[in-house]
Amino acid sequence: MSMFSIFNVSGSAVSAQSQRLNVVASNMANVDTVAGPDGQAYKARQVVFQTVPMGGEATNGVKVSGVTESNVPFKRIHDPNHPSADADGYVNYSNVNPVEEMVNMISASRSYQNNIEVMNTAKSLLLKTLQLGQ
Amino acid sequence: MFAKLTAGLDFHSKALVLRAERQRILASNIANADTPGYVARDFNFKETLGQMTQSSASQLSQASRGLGLQASVASTHPRHIDIAGTGGNSTLSGTGALAYGTQSQPSVDGNSVDLDRERASFVDNSVRYESTLRFINGQSKTLLSAIQGQ
Repeated sequence: MSMFSIFNVSGSAVSAQSQRLNVVASNMANVDTVAGPDGQAYKARQVVFQTVPMGGEATNGVKVSGVTESNVPFKRIHDPNHPSADADGYVNYSNVNPVEEMVNMISASRSYQNNIEVMNTAKSLLLKTLQLGQ
Repeated sequence: MFAKLTAGLDFHSKALVLRAERQRILASNIANADTPGYVARDFNFKETLGQMTQSSASQLSQASRGLGLQASVASTHPRHIDIAGTGGNSTLSGTGALAYGTQSQPSVDGNSVDLDRERASFVDNSVRYESTLRFINGQSKTLLSAIQGQ
């Protein structure tokens, strides 16, 4: 197919990156969470990207193939007066690393912008092609 | 005589098709800049265009010989695989020149997309696409004014 499939390719990348941004936002919001509904502290989540063929030899989009949970040990802080403290007086905080999340966020937003720019360029080229011969 | 009239247009239209193809490949590379294990693709424009124009120049003479293959190999089932060099939906399949990009700054996840390189190629390719468009426009205007004679 012609350049129209650029919109599919870049569109899939934009939606995958926005999903990544969503996960980052969820992680950042839960930086100081003590215990979730299951009684466990929040585990940092990460999206996994995968290539999807979209017709044509080198026309590949992206999809989020899954969301993984980090198995880094929880941050344990000694605070016996805390309502969620365990028998030893320790409180389990989420294992989100805010620095990692910020880096992830910047990377995701840059990739998002890149793909939007690609779509804009493709659009203007297609519009110019439409005006061919006029 | 009329075959020669549009020969220049034909060359530029082939170049335009190739530019569109390259634009799509570069868009795929940029889309997969964060996908683990993805290998960047690209092709040598000059070589591929050379092959395309050569094949079209010799198409008439070769039509009686082996090139009739393109028409004779028909995919009669949606799951048939295209034989390389017999057409298909990709204009590159006949040339087989799709190359893999190498890692300029190796990363642990095995992704070989260099975003700076891809973006530069993308902008370069879009400018060249536009210039090809202008060539076609100019040439067709010249032809039209010659035909109308006014």
